[in-house]
Amino acid sequence: MEVFGIPTQALLGQLVLGLVNGSFYAILSLGLAVIFGMLNIVNFAHGAFFMLGAYLAWLALDNLGIGYWWALLLVPMMMAIVGACIERGLLRRLYELDHLYGLLLTFGVAIVIEGIFRDQFGVSGQSYSVPAQLRGAIDLGFMRLPNYRVYVVVASLFVCLVTWLCLERTKIGSVLRAATENATLVQAFGVNVPLLFTATYAFGAALAGFAGVLAAPIVQINPLMGSNIVVVVFAVVVIGGMGSILGSIITGVSLGVIEGLTKVFYAEASSTVVFLIMAIVLMIKPNGLFGKGVAA
Amino acid sequence: MTRTHVVAAAMLAAALVAPAFVYPIFLMKLLCLALFACAFNLLVGFAGLVSFGHAAFLGMGGYVAGYVIKAWGLTPELAMLCATAVAAALGFAMGRLAIRSHGIYFSMITLALAQLVYFLCLQAPFTGGEDGLQGVPRGKLFGLFSLADDVHAYYFILAVFAFGFLAIYRIVHSPFGNILKSIRENEQRALSLGYDVSHFKLVTFVLSAAISGLAGAAKTVVFGFATLNDVHWHTSGDVLLMTLLGGIGTIWGPVAGSTLVVTLQSELADTAGSKVTIITGLVFIVCVLSFRRGIVGEFNAWRSRRAASKAEPLAHSRAIVGDAAE
Repeated sequence: MEVFGIPTQALLGQLVLGLVNGSFYAILSLGLAVIFGMLNIVNFAHGAFFMLGAYLAWLALDNLGIGYWWALLLVPMMMAIVGACIERGLLRRLYELDHLYGLLLTFGVAIVIEGIFRDQFGVSGQSYSVPAQLRGAIDLGFMRLPNYRVYVVVASLFVCLVTWLCLERTKIGSVLRAATENATLVQAFGVNVPLLFTATYAFGAALAGFAGVLAAPIVQINPLMGSNIVVVVFAVVVIGGMGSILGSIITGVSLGVIEGLTKVFYAEASSTVVFLIMAIVLMIKPNGLFGKGVAA
Repeated sequence: MTRTHVVAAAMLAAALVAPAFVYPIFLMKLLCLALFACAFNLLVGFAGLVSFGHAAFLGMGGYVAGYVIKAWGLTPELAMLCATAVAAALGFAMGRLAIRSHGIYFSMITLALAQLVYFLCLQAPFTGGEDGLQGVPRGKLFGLFSLADDVHAYYFILAVFAFGFLAIYRIVHSPFGNILKSIRENEQRALSLGYDVSHFKLVTFVLSAAISGLAGAAKTVVFGFATLNDVHWHTSGDVLLMTLLGGIGTIWGPVAGSTLVVTLQSELADTAGSKVTIITGLVFIVCVLSFRRGIVGEFNAWRSRRAASKAEPLAHSRAIVGDAAE
């Protein structure tokens, strides 16, 4: 069976890979969007958090014998603590200044984290085995679908949708959205806004850590994995537009798929296609596909 | 003669005798990166546009110079001209897309576009992929003077730097430069006064890109190679650090900052090895948290405080030269 002269198997295989990558883009750009919405900071360290999540899972297994499922629970919690410390210790001092200083600061944080891991573990990759429950593959007749990949897509989309629902449908979500609009006014109503800021950043870091654990069994864990993905995620965020949570999820998944399909049809462009799409979107819609108004 | 002229004359004198005391290759590397930082500062410090993608111009300039020297046998000054032109064209393309957005958006877009350039350089036939361009000869200046000797090459690079630096100085201290500063301070107001803000931003972006390309070309001529390192976003971060450390929006800041960073990195490379990145990151964090005016910015602020305490009416207006972009 062939489509456009490409074997269906290769096409579907790349489609699944694209979906997997897209789920990572979605979960990371969701975190970026939540942090940006609340703190007005573009978190450059997001890729480093992703990398840190994967490393923590690997270290936990290697040194402490903590398995995948516990890591999936514990690592995001640890990342939340790391995030809270960074927000309380560093970012808090910059809120009155231009938002660009936040980007610069998190850039510094990203370099430090990446540097530490390069120093400790070198640039070669570590591997992490797929948990026993999710090994194997479903045979669909025309292709084999690895269980773990299916699980990654389902799990990350589930987390994304739960986050979205929490933001749109719950009390805390409405407080958060209100604080995004006007933090001073919300504080006047007796809400502890500084705590909300810390919690938001911690949550974003936890999401990135969660994505890191999800990614650990299917990628080479190396110190550069974070910075490689963060630039793509930035492009995804620009394409989707900063304002919209759901927009960033949709854009993330679809760009992953597009990237996967590009690998099949014109492999040379697979690393550039996201940036090319960004350039085109910017020419047509400078605020991104789902953006509302100009970001300051 | 203003104090700036005195400083400039002293710097020039120091630069002229420097190769007698310091390793010329190191000095040339310093000059190339200082020029890069100055070009970057033109955009960041005076137009208020924080680009995160300037590595694209430095790297592309380096590749173009290397290619035309190796493949077409051009002389170094023509190669630099080519590199500057290509970097300017690239700057025009990137600028057209990026200047429509503001602040953080602008930074992210320039970063993503520079990453596009990075991948193009990785795959394009003329860049040598992962290996880069190796063994680029320094050649003869105007086809006459050999640059093979490090000291000769140093004076040529010094001339290139002086040209770029003076060009930036001229741009900043011109009516054009004043309009730029007004856009930086209050874009809406500049717009309401009838200035075509986008046009001014684009021209500055192109100028900054062109001079960055020149710096990249100079770097290739000095070292004889052009690699992916210069296109990588780490380089964009480095130049930002140099400018921030020296003082954003000051004339001498980028020179001071790049001197410090390059010296630090080459000193640490022997002793700290792979920890250099960590230290660079820590310096970055400290700078952003508590040293935002940078070395020259702090110095200027100290001088204007002192002048203000003496309460001389003229001193204040003079101390404004190179106010920090806060």
